[in-house]
Amino acid sequence: MPKLTVDGIEVEVEAGATVLQACEEAGKEIPRFCYHERLSIAGNCRMCLVEMERAPKPVASCAMPAADGMVIKTDSPLVHKARNGVMEFLLINHPLDCPICDQGGECDLQDQAMAYGCGSSRYAEKKRAVKDKELGPIVKTVMTRCIHCTRCVRFSEEVAGVGTMGAVYRGEDTEVGPYIEASINSELSGNLIDLCPVGALTSKPYAFTARPWELKKTDSVDVMDAVGSNIRIDARTGEVLRVLPRTNEDINEEWISDKTRYAIDGLKRQRLDRPYVRVNGKLQPASWDEAFAAIKAKVSGLKGKQIAAIAGDTVDCESMTALKDLMDKFGSPNLDCRQDGSNIGGPRSSYIFNSTISGIDEADVCLVVGANVRAEAPIINSRLRKRWRTTAGDFKLGIIGEKWDPTFKNDYLGAGPDTLSEILEGKNEFAKLLKAAEKPMIIVGMGALNREDGDAVLAATRAIAEKFGMVSGEWNGFNVLHTAASRVGGLDLGFVPGEGGLATNDILDGAAKGDVKVVYLLGADEVDTSKLEKAFVIYQGAMGDAGAQAADVILPGAAYTEKNGTYVNTEGRAQQGWRAIFPVGDAREDWAIVRALSGALDMTLPYKNIDEVRARMVEISPTFASLNVPSKAEWTDFGKAGDMKPEGFVSPVRNFYMTDPISRASVTMAKCTEAFVKEAAAEKVA
Amino acid sequence: MSFIDRTARSFLLVELVSGMALTLKYMFKPKVTLNYPYEKGPLSPRFRGEHALRRYPNGEERCIACKLCEAICPAQAITIEVEPRDDGSRRTTRYDIDMTKCIYCGFCEEACPVDAIVEGPNFEFATENREELFYDKDKLLANGERWEAELAARLEADAPYR
Repeated sequence: MPKLTVDGIEVEVEAGATVLQACEEAGKEIPRFCYHERLSIAGNCRMCLVEMERAPKPVASCAMPAADGMVIKTDSPLVHKARNGVMEFLLINHPLDCPICDQGGECDLQDQAMAYGCGSSRYAEKKRAVKDKELGPIVKTVMTRCIHCTRCVRFSEEVAGVGTMGAVYRGEDTEVGPYIEASINSELSGNLIDLCPVGALTSKPYAFTARPWELKKTDSVDVMDAVGSNIRIDARTGEVLRVLPRTNEDINEEWISDKTRYAIDGLKRQRLDRPYVRVNGKLQPASWDEAFAAIKAKVSGLKGKQIAAIAGDTVDCESMTALKDLMDKFGSPNLDCRQDGSNIGGPRSSYIFNSTISGIDEADVCLVVGANVRAEAPIINSRLRKRWRTTAGDFKLGIIGEKWDPTFKNDYLGAGPDTLSEILEGKNEFAKLLKAAEKPMIIVGMGALNREDGDAVLAATRAIAEKFGMVSGEWNGFNVLHTAASRVGGLDLGFVPGEGGLATNDILDGAAKGDVKVVYLLGADEVDTSKLEKAFVIYQGAMGDAGAQAADVILPGAAYTEKNGTYVNTEGRAQQGWRAIFPVGDAREDWAIVRALSGALDMTLPYKNIDEVRARMVEISPTFASLNVPSKAEWTDFGKAGDMKPEGFVSPVRNFYMTDPISRASVTMAKCTEAFVKEAAAEKVA
Repeated sequence: MSFIDRTARSFLLVELVSGMALTLKYMFKPKVTLNYPYEKGPLSPRFRGEHALRRYPNGEERCIACKLCEAICPAQAITIEVEPRDDGSRRTTRYDIDMTKCIYCGFCEEACPVDAIVEGPNFEFATENREELFYDKDKLLANGERWEAELAARLEADAPYR
């Protein structure tokens, strides 16, 4: 542990830390452009120069390892002069277009030029101009503004794992951009925009829409996948304009996927902004009272078993609680939150990501079964990649299921259950790796569990976990990767068929046969609505997607940006998001709609505000009592050993950019599909 | 003595005569009033009157939608919305000034990096109802076209002091 003195303050830092980190430890601000905590050190912007005693000239603190007895000065005339000079050089070629630059107001260069620059320019010669690069539908480039910090190059190389960016030519002629003209085919490319300290890489969909100082910032949780990335929603005058990541070391570090970032423009299209009732085969606008009356007319006189409810993928836990309680009042056991028809939901350890996402940083071998992690949860894939990088390639990844590219070296083992049995019997090479591993883990995806033989596959994966010592002491390496933000919450709340109740597929079949007369879809759009023609369908949700088309009564709900909601991510971590804007038109918060409906049906639910709903949630499942921490689940027996069908596992996510009603309505996601998914498909054909 | 003096003065109408003399004197002095609205007083080039949005000589609008005027406006009278124009440049789709909120402080023109929004010499824009005082982009650009010669001259006159 080296001890050094920074401006007279003695600090002790960990071995291997840099002088810059030591200065931060001492509470000194060091300006920097190229240095970033999560990327490798480049030391090329020279902004972080500090004075070191017995050194002939200022040293770049980001690249200088801290050593014992160093005496650092960050506030001496020499340092000021050095920063001043570096800033002047940086600004030589930087255009003076802050007023039209989208980075203006949140620009590192702007801020640091104000703090450390000299105020006026002595440079009268011609400035350099660089041709803009085409990086696809998400990143807009103005390369003249680039200061060659190479953060984007290092990010795409190290975190995203697509080595498309680079710096070509030398000296003043240096140009940063893709080596060959190609867009960045990564699910994490939006993070380049956050990383760029200047306005060279900015957001294309957000181009010129707002200034940072106008935006109202709200902390929230993402619902586009089951990772529960922490996000910040920036809104202005009732409109969500952009989504930025919020740092959470345990979940998303400081990255978010492109879908999380850009699907929000779907919230402006195809919205349900008022109740509708189907009259003579056509949906007619109605008032809330009329909609409730239509439901009451249909529901009264029905037996509990003739009513069913299915919850969708992006639903908050509060509304599921309310609907579950309403179904109890109906006396109906027919409710399900697994609209993909899977049969998970036994003991808690059988359906959560037990090792937690940050647990990946300790694992040494990982077996992925039936999950395309890169498409289903890009943030988790980047964690796996990070583990592979920090172990210098010792981290082994085995894939069973479809072939997919995790952006690093991996062993493709096979397509389906046969390979699973091979590993269990120890016949596969990978079994040896698992056996030798200290902290092995298995990630089971929905592609493996949403099949008819899901129980058998679950039992087989559990057997593998047992056999290879994946569960021992504190370490539990059995992980289920969900694709829906509401799934774990629904399972925790017990939004599953009760005694003698029907699951999703049975509900649909029952509705087709006429046994189930009323189906309540709570934001469920992924079910086969053609089977619902005979039933009376109540759709509650924000988007006019498949469910709303099949509906007889539409109750307009709020999107995730428009309500306070609790979501449980795939680790079983309950997190709360806050409302950024109000719901559109007549739409209301979802739990309140269910509560109002219960009042109209004379079976009023016993809560008046969201706190009482949350108290009820804690009553149902104590896991909701502790927010933001994943509660450990007990390792018990689950799954039902049986024959597995030989077909290979197929990931449910066919197109990363379009998985739910919001992203399906998004223009940006459509452009990304056009640019990345279709292009890839065309390449395959060729 | 004072009684006699006072009586003599009042009989001789001294006060009236001196008053009339003053009136007569002012009859030959230049007059200070203006025959408004046919005559107008001089205005400083820094006078802050009605707003206008200027264009470049080639007809391109100057405003680049940087929103600095909106940010600086202490009365929050300015509302701007931006979108990329077809050629990719940054332009306003909406530029509204609520002239009833405006306090004519001139911060907007000080903040403007391209001399697009200016407060011109016009102070005669009274209207018959409030609505007419909610200026939109067309109105501001029309103002700019109408006053351009004068606006340019004013900016030039004031340039050495900026």
